[in-house]
Amino acid sequence: MSTSTDHGRPDPEATPSAQSGDGRPVSDRGDTVCVIGAGASGLTAIKNLREHGFGVDCYERETGVGGAWNWRHDRSPVYASTHLLSSKPFTQFPDFPMPDSWPDYPHHSQLLSYFERYADHFDLRSHIWFGTEVIRVEPAEGERWDVTTRSTGGYGPERTSRYAAVVIANGHNWSPKLPRYEGLEQFRGEIMHASSYKDPAQLRGKRVLVVGAGNTGCDIAVEAAQQASRCWHSTRRGYWYAPKYVLGRPADQVNDTLLALRVPLRVRQWLYHWTMRLTVGDLTRFGLPKPDHRVYETHPIANSQLVYYVGHGGIGPVPDIARFHPYAVELADGREIDPEVVIFATGYLPRFEFLDASVFGDSAGAGRPTLWLNAFTPGHPTLAVAGLVQPDSGLFTLSHWQTVLFARLLRARRDRPERAAAFAQRVRERAGERYSGQVKDSSRHWFEVGHADYLRAVQRALVDLEGK
Amino acid sequence: MRGREWSRPVRPARREVLSATPELEEGRPPLLFVPGFGHGAWAFAEHWLGHAASRGFPAYAVSLRGHGGSEPAPEATLRAYAHDVVQVAAGLPRQAVLVGHGAGALVVAHALARYPARGAVLVAPVFGGWGVLGAALRRNPAGTLPAVFGGPLRLNRGQLFSRELPDEEARRYVGRLGRAGRRAQWALLGEPEAEPAVGEPPVLVLGSPDDRVVPASTLTRVARRYGSAPLLFPGMGHDLMLDARWAEPIDAILDWLEKEPAAH
Repeated sequence: MSTSTDHGRPDPEATPSAQSGDGRPVSDRGDTVCVIGAGASGLTAIKNLREHGFGVDCYERETGVGGAWNWRHDRSPVYASTHLLSSKPFTQFPDFPMPDSWPDYPHHSQLLSYFERYADHFDLRSHIWFGTEVIRVEPAEGERWDVTTRSTGGYGPERTSRYAAVVIANGHNWSPKLPRYEGLEQFRGEIMHASSYKDPAQLRGKRVLVVGAGNTGCDIAVEAAQQASRCWHSTRRGYWYAPKYVLGRPADQVNDTLLALRVPLRVRQWLYHWTMRLTVGDLTRFGLPKPDHRVYETHPIANSQLVYYVGHGGIGPVPDIARFHPYAVELADGREIDPEVVIFATGYLPRFEFLDASVFGDSAGAGRPTLWLNAFTPGHPTLAVAGLVQPDSGLFTLSHWQTVLFARLLRARRDRPERAAAFAQRVRERAGERYSGQVKDSSRHWFEVGHADYLRAVQRALVDLEGK
Repeated sequence: MRGREWSRPVRPARREVLSATPELEEGRPPLLFVPGFGHGAWAFAEHWLGHAASRGFPAYAVSLRGHGGSEPAPEATLRAYAHDVVQVAAGLPRQAVLVGHGAGALVVAHALARYPARGAVLVAPVFGGWGVLGAALRRNPAGTLPAVFGGPLRLNRGQLFSRELPDEEARRYVGRLGRAGRRAQWALLGEPEAEPAVGEPPVLVLGSPDDRVVPASTLTRVARRYGSAPLLFPGMGHDLMLDARWAEPIDAILDWLEKEPAAH
């Protein structure tokens, strides 16, 4: 396949060969594919598309790779002590293992060095335009895409290039989701979203209220227990706090033994509850609310320390917030507490501000696209989203197989159009499918997938596409 | 789905890696040599590593666990050996070319399904099967039979080297041979075929028609599986990297790498 990136980068001086709908000049990038973002999903997209013979231009708004895992990036949610929640075998790219010498749950700085090594090992940097953000992605004739870019921060001229396909890998953990509470504006204490939390020094000696029982909320509560003068942890419901180790092995590996054996969900839930009784015990004894759901029905929380610090009095579990007062916070049970700092670990919402939401079937603009395999858009066979999943494991393996599937699809469009057409039909019929069993219906679980179910679905799609 | 790799990942082991790098970095792909059962990285350090480096290729050789200077691992499996290769390959600065010799070629074939190598070279590949066992039993029953029952596999001088190699040198090499784990040895009898290689790397198969371990028909069969014909070096024994005319095969490999577009 001939691509202009084989000889280097798009030439800004090149004579535009086409015009967009409103008459802007467009430089034609031939068969080249555009990848938006050079985080984990973007990097694996570049690598897999290159491996399948495609030219790639990747646009990255920051000046380095790693996306969310590069904590120098202003959109990174990572804080000083962030460690992996899933153990190495679940987290690493399936064709580029993390070193044996690393611990089961590596630190975020190790993750960043892993991505940098991945980029160098497969020579990906020469395909990435750093410091360049995508401001518009528009469908063009022939199922191609016009991508308009400019320097990050809005400097310099805009440039539009036409691509054969687009992979959106802009991440979904950078646009904070903030809850609304009565009286919040009048509150005189410090309020921050977890995305601004970077270092335990921000908590030292203060009275801290952490809101939200996601993995981040639990981690910050544990840090506050060690650093703050007082820590309250507000959750709307009870959760299952799973330890990171069971039987001396990473808990996800033990769990996957059951998944590999195809043990039914009900049996796994029963075993899980039984294991929790043995390891963590009855949570209500610690003052934590009793979970109102069975395990696997909300995103799993892996935290061995939360219960420990609750037991030591370092963390005071409290219910949901009713309203804020200038110097106090009123809780749902009527109690009042007086935190100096409130941290909302209430998650993120995906944003695709460069794309008309209707392209994704998200006409309400809520940020919840209707996709098949969380990646493919009905009616747009040359557009894919990578990494828009919230798995009960690491994400990178899933992004890897998503982008392999997309690369094979693009190849099939050229070599076996009837297969590609059948694929497009499946995308139309099955958009919106879930791979997670029964989960709570909240925006936190929009993209929830069970990694085993999801990967089996991708595998079936690959087999169907290739006809093996 | 790779449930087993998630639920039962291979236990880490300390590995010996020997290397020779060119004085001037020329941007050539690194080579990772994988010795066959019983051999260690030393087998390539004798001649091939230095020679590859002198022609501008950074060259590395790994001792599979339980071999050479690596950690002892009597219960090692083929999967663990492939893990060792992928770990070392992923640790190299750039995408590597994997070069496997003997049963090391089978390890490379398995590693290729887990690591997108820039290319692969299978030197006198031992892919197992009853035919290879039959040939080995005919030529060296005393050295082969114990391996069937979990004992050590002992290869003799006649199987490994041509007559051109001085006797003293051959004896020294045979004396350095170790043994593979018995589970890995058994894998040679009934292991399922390796999954397809990822990234569609170019594969070169080479060997000798006078090899007393790998019959010429096996070379052809393996080469056909990768869509090519074997490159043959008549008059050499199984251990092409240690035999008297060791320079010929390595030069052929490096020439191929210089010509093969996908391997650049």
